[in-house]
Formats: sequence, C-alpha cells, structure tokens
Amino acid sequence: MSFIKQVTNKPWERKGIIGPLRPEGAFPTVPPEKVALGFFLMVVGVIFSLFTVSYFIRMELPDWTPLLEPTQLWFNTGLLVISSVMFQWCRNILKRGETRNLKTSLVGGGVFAMAFIAAQLIVWRGLQARGITVASNPADSFFYLLTGLHGVHMLGGLWVWSKASIKLLSGAEPRDIKLSVELCTIYWHALLLVWLFIFGILANT
Amino acid sequence: MAYVPLADQEQELHHPHSWITKYVFSQDHKIIAIQYGSTAIFVGVIALVLSLLMRMQLGFPETFTLIDPSAYYQSVTMHGMIMVVYLLTALFLGGFGNYLIPLMCGARDMVFPFLNMLSYWVYLLSVIILLLSFFVPGGPTGAGWTLYPPQTSMAGTPGHDWGIVLMLLSLVVFIVAFTMGGLNYVTTVLQSRCRGLTMMRLPLTVWGIFVATVLGLFAFPALLVAGIMMTFDTLLGTSFFMPAVIETGQPLDYSGGSPILFQHLFWFFGHPEVYIVALPAFGLVSDVISTHARKNIFGYRMMVWAIIAIGGLSFIVWAHHMYVSGMNPYFGFFFATTTLIIAVPTALKVYNWVLTLWEGDIRMNVPMFFAIGFIFTFIHGGLTGLFLGNVVIDLPLSDTYFVVAHFHMVMGVSPVLVLYAAIYHWYPKMTGRMYNETMAKWHFWCTFLGTYAIYLPMHYLGFLGVPRRYYALGSTDFIPASAQDLNASITIAALFVGASQLLFFINIIMSLKNGEKAGSNPWGSASLEWQTPDTPPVHGNWGDKLPSVYRWAYDYSVPGAHEDFIPQNTPEEVEPTVDEQHFDPDHDESKADT
Repeated sequence: MSFIKQVTNKPWERKGIIGPLRPEGAFPTVPPEKVALGFFLMVVGVIFSLFTVSYFIRMELPDWTPLLEPTQLWFNTGLLVISSVMFQWCRNILKRGETRNLKTSLVGGGVFAMAFIAAQLIVWRGLQARGITVASNPADSFFYLLTGLHGVHMLGGLWVWSKASIKLLSGAEPRDIKLSVELCTIYWHALLLVWLFIFGILANT
Repeated sequence: MAYVPLADQEQELHHPHSWITKYVFSQDHKIIAIQYGSTAIFVGVIALVLSLLMRMQLGFPETFTLIDPSAYYQSVTMHGMIMVVYLLTALFLGGFGNYLIPLMCGARDMVFPFLNMLSYWVYLLSVIILLLSFFVPGGPTGAGWTLYPPQTSMAGTPGHDWGIVLMLLSLVVFIVAFTMGGLNYVTTVLQSRCRGLTMMRLPLTVWGIFVATVLGLFAFPALLVAGIMMTFDTLLGTSFFMPAVIETGQPLDYSGGSPILFQHLFWFFGHPEVYIVALPAFGLVSDVISTHARKNIFGYRMMVWAIIAIGGLSFIVWAHHMYVSGMNPYFGFFFATTTLIIAVPTALKVYNWVLTLWEGDIRMNVPMFFAIGFIFTFIHGGLTGLFLGNVVIDLPLSDTYFVVAHFHMVMGVSPVLVLYAAIYHWYPKMTGRMYNETMAKWHFWCTFLGTYAIYLPMHYLGFLGVPRRYYALGSTDFIPASAQDLNASITIAALFVGASQLLFFINIIMSLKNGEKAGSNPWGSASLEWQTPDTPPVHGNWGDKLPSVYRWAYDYSVPGAHEDFIPQNTPEEVEPTVDEQHFDPDHDESKADT
C-alpha cells in the first residue's frame, strides 16, 4: 500500500483484519536488517552532505589555499572499486546458490578494502612529509577529516565482513552468511559512492 | 524464497539465565526502558539542582559565596545540555519509546534486542563522560548549552580546556547511542507490527515517537558534524570555526574560521531537537487525553498528518535562533515565514486536544490533570513563540528573560508535564501497582502553579529588558529596583517547585511496595499495551500467541457496546455495536443513543 493511501485511511470506519493473514510490515518482503541499513545509510548520507555544505561555505573565506590532491588517490579508488565488485560477485554467487569462488570473492572483497585503507594512510604520510598537516590550512583539514571519516565507516563495514568471513571459513553453511554478505555489498557500494563524491569535490576545488 | 516477516516466524528472544543478564545486561525492551528512564531522571535531578543554584544567585546575589561567575556559567551550560539532550531526548525515546513501541505494536521485543541493550550502555557511557567533567581541572564547560565558538575555546571561558572536550566527546557518544536506539525504533514500527495493525491503527504515541526518531536520525548528524569539527579545532588546532583571534594580547594560531557556520550546524540540529522532544510528548498526551476523556481522539488523521508536517517543517526553521547573529533580510523573512507556518499544524493539534475533551466523559485522574496542565503551558509557550518568530520582535527581546520564559514554558515545563502524565498513566502497567492519588495531585498542583509563579514574571522581566545569561545585574539604570524583588520571588517559587518534586519520587518509590494492586487495565484503555496477559508484562510480552488487531486504538464510548471501550484486539464479531445493516459511517453518533 502506498504511503499516501496508508495515511488517508479512515481507521475508525474499517473494523476487522485488514490485508493478508500475516503480521504487518511496511516492506513485507524485506528483512528488518535491510530496512535498518537503509536508514543508517541515509544517516551517513546526511553526515557527508553536511560536511560538504560546510566545505563549500568554509572555502569562501580568504585563508583557504586549495590542496593539490595526490594522483595516488586514483589508484586507491581503483582498489575500492575492485573491493565493491568482489562483494557484488560474492552476492551473486550466493544468490545463484553456488559455492565455487565463494571464499575467494568474500575474502578478496575485504582484503581489497583493507588495501584501500592502507593506501589512504600512505597518502596521509606522503602529505605529512610535504608539510601538509591537519592544521596547516582549512583545505588540508577537510582532506584529512573527510578521508578519515570515510575510513572509519570502512572499518565499521570490515567488522561485519570479518564476522561473516570467520563464519564461512570455519565451515558455516553459505546460507548462514547470505544476509551479512547482502548487507555488506549494499554498504560497500554506498561507501564507494560516498568516496567518489568526496574525491570529486576534493579534486575539483 | 520470499522473506517471512519477523513476527510470523516468531522472533527468537534472548532468554536470560542469571540476575545479571535479566536486570543489568538485559535485552528485554522493558528493562532497557527502565534503565534509560532511571538514568535520565538521575541526570535530570542534577540539572534541576544546578538550576536552583543559578536561581539562588539571581534571586539573592552576593549571598552565596559558593556560586562564583564561573560556577554560574557552568551551571547554565550543564543545566541546558542535560535537560534537552540527556533527560528529555533520552526519557521520551529511550524510556517511553523502548517501553511502549513493542507493546503498542504487538511485538515481542525490538527487532534488534542486542543493539538495543548496547544503545543503553553507550548512553550511560555518554552520561558518565559528561559527569566526569565536574571532576577535571577547570570543571565543566561554561560556554552556554549552544557551545558557540570562539568563546568555547578561549581562556576566559570556564572549562575551555578539559570541560569542552569532555562535553563534545560525550555528545558524540550520545549520538552513537541514539542512532543505535533510533534504528531499532523505526525498524520495529515499520516491520514488526502484529497482524491487523496498520500504520493508521497505531496509537498517536507510536506515531509521535516514530517521527521524532526519524527527525533525530537526520538532525543529530548536524550536531555530530559540528562536534567533530569543534573537537578538531580544540585539540588539533584546525580552524573550521575558530576565527583569527587575539587572547590576552596574543594572537592565537587560528586563521579565519567561521563561527556562523557552527551556529548554522548547531541549530540545524537544535531546532528539530525541539520537536524530537515535542512530538513524543504530543503523542503521549493525545493517548492520555483520549483515554481519560473516554472519547476517541478528535481528528486522528489530522493528528498524524500534523505530526508528519511538523517533522518536515522543523528542518527549515532553524535560523530563527540566529536573527541576532546577522543575516540577509530575505533570509530572516524566509525563516520568520516558515516559523509562523509551523504554528498551523501545532495549533491544529491543540484544537484537537480541546475538542477531544469537549463533551467527553472526563475522568479527572492524575494523568488527566497533568495533560490538561500541559495544554495550558503549551498554549502559553507557543503564543510567545509567535512573538519571537518575527524578526523585528525577536531582536529587542532575544537577549532578555522573555526568551528564557518562552522556551522554558514550551520546551521545559510542557514536556515535563507530559512526562509526569505519562509516568502516572503507565505506572500501573509498568509496576502492577497504583500510586497514592492524593500525593500525586499535590505534586501536580505544586508543580503546575509553581511553574507559573516562576515563568509568568519572567516574561515581564524580559519586557523590562532584564538581560539573560548575566551572573548579576549590578546597578543598571533602565531596570527598576523592583525587578530584583521579582527575581527573589521567582527563586523562592523555583525552590518550592524543586522541593515539591520529592512528592513524586517518594510516591513512585513507596508505591512500588505499598501501592494498591492495579489490575491489568485500570483506566479501561483500548490500546494494545493494556491487553497483555501479565501485568507487568513478562519477557516476550504476549504469552503463547501474538495478538491480532481488529480496530484502531480509540474505540471509546462506542454506542451499543457493553463497556465504554473496546480493546484493539477484540474481534469484530464480539462487538455488539449498532446493527450492521443499518450502519452508516456518516451517521451522527450523538443521535445514536436517542
């Protein structure tokens, strides 16, 4: 039932059970974990949007010196794309009910994500070696802040991934990790989008 | 394979095996609710004591050596922050949200009980961090609850070193806790309602808590963003908000940050926060009024729409807190307009409460006293909000006691009266006992009349131009000496109201043991939480079988029914109402009796 149709119901008129003989759910075919993840991703979206707005407002002030982003970030982006693709691969395997390449794709997805975080840290070290620190200029501060916050979100995802991986490697049935993999895949794609967005605004300003 | 909805496959519950897992690290939403509620009330009492310290200084300046200017500003800050965030938000959502959502939705528990437990413990951690700031060198921050830079980090402000860092850290931890709880509340409401319980059959309490939680999920990130950037400014020397500034003759290391940016972020959280507190209060009070007036809530659909509309509008009014910060006049015009527009759905709700009372079979039980008291204080606080929403009126009044009176009436006293109404209303369900009615009525009259004795004169002080935030007035030409007498009387009233809260605590604690047995549904309420097989409800709430819902939550005084209420889980065929063949939904009910 659409939202508009729902909220225009007159509950005082209709008595009895409405709808089919099952409990009510706004999204009856979706597990609650997925609904919660949807809301969480919206929260993450709001957080990064507000940082973006702050970034553009702060940029207008006279002490702003644009930062020339290291080209290594393109390589890092590639790592994250591969990570995301591997999660999608893993999800497809599970969806088809197969087991071939399941471990490779799941473990690979996480490993590439860790490689991305390590590569981001290398970028940080390189910048610091050039004297570009978190407090040297507001543009630099935003660079560290946004990349750092994105990294923290990646770590959160890796925690869920590590639980699913350990479960699979210690002999659990593929169906036991199906939901975790599905959630991880959605989360990874979302974080890839967030990264592309952040990279876009950092590189173009 | 299609996904089987949660309640159909019977949620697997965590069964506690020891006292510790049953009452301390519990995953039962009711225990978590009581933990949230008790912690929130505990910090609330600390905030109350801080407000009394402030009032003693204002009413009788130079009498108490204990309260120096630093202690005064620290009290102001901690009082504001604790009351708004750690008491009201936590008690309405963590307390009542946790207790009532699964019960009113006919669920066994929240959808993620472990996350729910974690939410409480992280909340407790945030409270501990906040309270730690009383014991660090320099004490808690005295920057005012809005924490405006640059003064938060400047040497003249108490707690500019440790205090502010602990405050920011505590807020970030609180937001993590809230997000964990909030995801639980929205998902439970959306996905875990029992059979037959459509969204439009939900009690308004659930609607209020649901929309407030969505607001919280989208508004708290603004505080998180501001908090993180301010922490960076304070600890790492960045200049997100800190402008180039000179402190005691020495330029600090900050370049040209934007304090106004902080204000925008803060109030982008801060205004929805008002409704994060108000919407659950609106919901709870609607259910209390309807139950004790033995009448269905007037205009249920409008009430739901108003909750949604207020929630949406609350995101586009934030800059009305910043008129005095300076802004483009068109900007001010826009925010004044949206502010006045939000009064429309809010007023609609007030009319509907009054119309629910109209010709109701009103039972003057204790919760009803508090609910009607709320209508009074909310109308008064709301009307002064209409004054302050206009730029030209706000500018001269903004820094006076008029504003203090306004926001305490609308956001302090009103939600607190609803909290009392709700606690007295649901106490019999939570404990299985009745409280002492006489003592509760005394508590109401002392609180209700006492708060008027505090806040009505404050409006007048505001018109006189008495500035807020001042530690002492000193000798100011335009303020008559009699203003000080008024200040003294306000302080006496505040001390009286503060002391009278003891009646509440004594009552609810003593009644736990000595109160009369309440029975399962002492108010004759139609909503689902009163229909549990056990009182207080046990772990799992519903015994062997989940309930089914056949009607909305407001079938009171239905013509032809045996009793003056029909519980939500009463099947259609049991209801001996008007003859089906002659049933006409547009028929005037008042004539049905004759």
